[in-house]
Amino acid sequence: MITLLLLLVPLVASLVCLMLDQAKVKIFALGTSLVSLGITVYAFTLFNNDIADQFLVNYWWIQDLGISFKAGIDGISILLVALTNFLLPLIILTSFRHDYKNASTFYALMLFMQFALIGVFTALDGFLFYIFWELALIPIYLICLMWGGKDSARITLKFFIYTLTGSLLMLAGLIYVYLQTPGAHSFDIDALYNVTLSPAAQSWLFWCFFLAFAIKIPIFPLHTWQPDTYTDAPTQGTMLLSGIMLKMGIYGIIRWMLPIIPQGLSEWGNTAMMLSIAGVVYASCMALVQKDFKRLVAYSSIAHVGLIAAGVFALNLQGLQGAMVQMIAHGVNVVGMFFIIDIIQRRMKTRQLDELGGFANNSPIFTILFMIVLLGSVALPLTNGFVGEFLLLNGVYQYSAWMALVGGLTIILGAVYMLRAYQKVMLGEPHARSVEFTGLHQTEKIVLVAIATVIIVTGIYPKPIIHVAGPAIEDILAHVKDIY
Amino acid sequence: MKALIVIALLGVVTMMSEVFRFKKLLLPLVVVGLLAACGLAIGDWNTAIRYYNDMVYFDNYSLAFTSLIIVLTLLWLIISKGYFVSDSSRAEHATLILFTLCGGVIMTAYSDLSMFFVGLEILSISLYVLASSNKHDLKSNEAGMKYFLMGSFATGFLLFGMALIYGAAASFNLVKIAEYVQTTAAHGQTPMFVYTGVLLMMVGLMFKVSAAPFHFWAPDVYEGAPTLITAFMATVVKTAAFAAFYRLFSTCFGDISGFWAQTLAVISAVTMLTGNILAVSQTSLKRMLAYSSIAHAGYMLMAIVAMNKISGGAIFLYATAYSLGSLGAFACLHAISKYGDESIENLKGFAADNKIWAGFLGVIVLSLAGIPPVAGFFAKYYIFYGVFQSNFTWLVLVAILSSLIGVYYYFRIIITMVQPRSEKATVLPSLTGAHKALLLISALLALGIGIYPAFLQGLLS
Repeated sequence: MITLLLLLVPLVASLVCLMLDQAKVKIFALGTSLVSLGITVYAFTLFNNDIADQFLVNYWWIQDLGISFKAGIDGISILLVALTNFLLPLIILTSFRHDYKNASTFYALMLFMQFALIGVFTALDGFLFYIFWELALIPIYLICLMWGGKDSARITLKFFIYTLTGSLLMLAGLIYVYLQTPGAHSFDIDALYNVTLSPAAQSWLFWCFFLAFAIKIPIFPLHTWQPDTYTDAPTQGTMLLSGIMLKMGIYGIIRWMLPIIPQGLSEWGNTAMMLSIAGVVYASCMALVQKDFKRLVAYSSIAHVGLIAAGVFALNLQGLQGAMVQMIAHGVNVVGMFFIIDIIQRRMKTRQLDELGGFANNSPIFTILFMIVLLGSVALPLTNGFVGEFLLLNGVYQYSAWMALVGGLTIILGAVYMLRAYQKVMLGEPHARSVEFTGLHQTEKIVLVAIATVIIVTGIYPKPIIHVAGPAIEDILAHVKDIY
Repeated sequence: MKALIVIALLGVVTMMSEVFRFKKLLLPLVVVGLLAACGLAIGDWNTAIRYYNDMVYFDNYSLAFTSLIIVLTLLWLIISKGYFVSDSSRAEHATLILFTLCGGVIMTAYSDLSMFFVGLEILSISLYVLASSNKHDLKSNEAGMKYFLMGSFATGFLLFGMALIYGAAASFNLVKIAEYVQTTAAHGQTPMFVYTGVLLMMVGLMFKVSAAPFHFWAPDVYEGAPTLITAFMATVVKTAAFAAFYRLFSTCFGDISGFWAQTLAVISAVTMLTGNILAVSQTSLKRMLAYSSIAHAGYMLMAIVAMNKISGGAIFLYATAYSLGSLGAFACLHAISKYGDESIENLKGFAADNKIWAGFLGVIVLSLAGIPPVAGFFAKYYIFYGVFQSNFTWLVLVAILSSLIGVYYYFRIIITMVQPRSEKATVLPSLTGAHKALLLISALLALGIGIYPAFLQGLLS
């Protein structure tokens, strides 16, 4: 029931949004996203760690083909649902000082996106998962197309076709696995988990799934759509993409890839690991030389998620727990970061690092909050980023010390490019236009304070996150263990 | 059968409207008549009666397709009102449309090759005239002429094929042909000229459904014919042609599918690639839709290749989804191209002018492109799944690739319509109520089928 509520509230709200006028729609969207947040909190209070697939809904959808509408929540899902429903009100708040044309459509698409994301994170039927996976693509495509920059048509189409290619491969893989289920075929997650697949089949199935998820995450060298799309999209679109949507890829690997094709992973896992680590180094180096602040954060995001993916492919408890913690941490931090860029850009009309500088004294509170978000991104101890990266590197280290060594560069390089950016933006000689930088507005303060609080609180006390996801991760690993 | 009689009589009555001066009643008469025919067809569900010494056989398959093409014609009538109210030769148009439909119904229900031929000719000859019905437009005349020449050529192939089959089986009756093919195939004694006959009939049918490499007439005819007639050809006629194609091959030649399935698989792959690749570079929306309809023919051919127990339902679902999508797209094209310019650039500013209707057009485009959860996706899913089961994995891969190309050009519609209007463009006519109605109906049906696709598919399996 709770799962249905979590799905229906944003869906209905997005339809209602279409009928509201520009003035009311912002408040309405914020209100309903807060309702979703409330339901999530309520779900947390009812949640029992040790039981898999709680709040289960299960109806037939297309019975002839063994497709059902089956959704439920376990320790992994609930964290990602919580991330989605926590970030969405904040993302909507960040848009309050924007005047988008066709605002009602804009907010409707955002809420529809929320519906699809929750669907992805709760679906327990392979086909349903695929449907939600595609559904999430349509609103974000339209958001980036309609409110994006000058070149949005070309960039977003590339993004769309890129991701669609991946997901069609995934669909082909899912259908193959489905055809191997015994008796009347079924897309049910339990049926798919229990299929025995030949090593040869797992070998090519690995690429079907890997490409789909790797494009979404994105893992080097499939990342080429990402910097352009992030830079060109409106701020809220970038936040949705980087904060929540790329977690779909990681989640997909954990939920739909590890347990179904463990042997394929043992065959190709090393390749995937190397690609992820290569992406970490490559993207960090690219971030070092960026002049556009938004593009810099886009590249830093590739580096961070590369490490998360590496932790997942390490296939051990620390790696997966690190991935869970870091997914939450990265989601929160990157939204904070893009919001800071938005704040600067709206005041200064530029994001070029060379044209900024010396804001530190204009608004002390902004300086402090920016610093906290930044420290979260560079994984300083006592921030959320540290916990995640520590666990991830620990997991990768158990897999291969060399990989951990190379991957560990992200901490150093991350500190270099982020602190360089901070220095260029906030410190140094005030730029001629820096006087235009005024203090923060109320909504901006609320968002940044909320994000900073989460960064510090989960950094000091990350245990609940690790605790909640623990049993679910062990379940997943149990499927992999047979192989090793 | 009753439906067929009603439609035929309706055609005769509308012809009289010129003489007896009740042209004002034309449109209501046609609508009421078609509704009645549709009701009668649905009322016969699950009866499966053979008529006239097994010349026509109305089983569930033909009843479903009959209802579908009648409903599509009714939907098509929504935007074609002008054609029947103000046009000077409206009586002739109405008659020809009804006779086309009549031929279509026969093509879904024949049980005898001679009936098939009669149905096909009734349909084709009416269409030749309709394609050139815009007498003052050179392109329309060209379209009619081209269609006629190509069409008669194809009919020649078809007839020759039928003659050879008749020579072998000594009967035009589908059941008898099927028995003959089955017994000879079981003993490995199928004579060579049966294979030749099958091939020739295939060629003829592929002309009709515009499969590559027999598709060259289609873009020119679709572009030249009046937009409304193009819409009719791309939906009702195409559906009927595929119904006939599938009926013939599933009833008669299933036992020698080893002979033709590979060929057809290659042709279907070539068709969808040709259609989709050529559609990418089109600047005229109408021509783009023409090429896209060629590509869709390729997908529907896949169901004939697969030929297993879900194929009948799959082809029905696909024809429905594709026709609904095309009708919606053509409604839009018709609305924005009133000044004879069918360029896709005309769509610029469409979203700003017609907010909610642009949304519906978006749904239709998603359905045509095969993006979930709209009807087009499930139609493709069933077709691909059936082909997968019949072990044509490579064909599925080609189809997926070509769908991606399809997404590229279909999304140009969405991209163009959200762009601001270019300054020099003249003010475009806004959507009339009729266009809005058709857009609304086809988009909602596409969504509805997407949410519950099992119903339509389950009708025929």
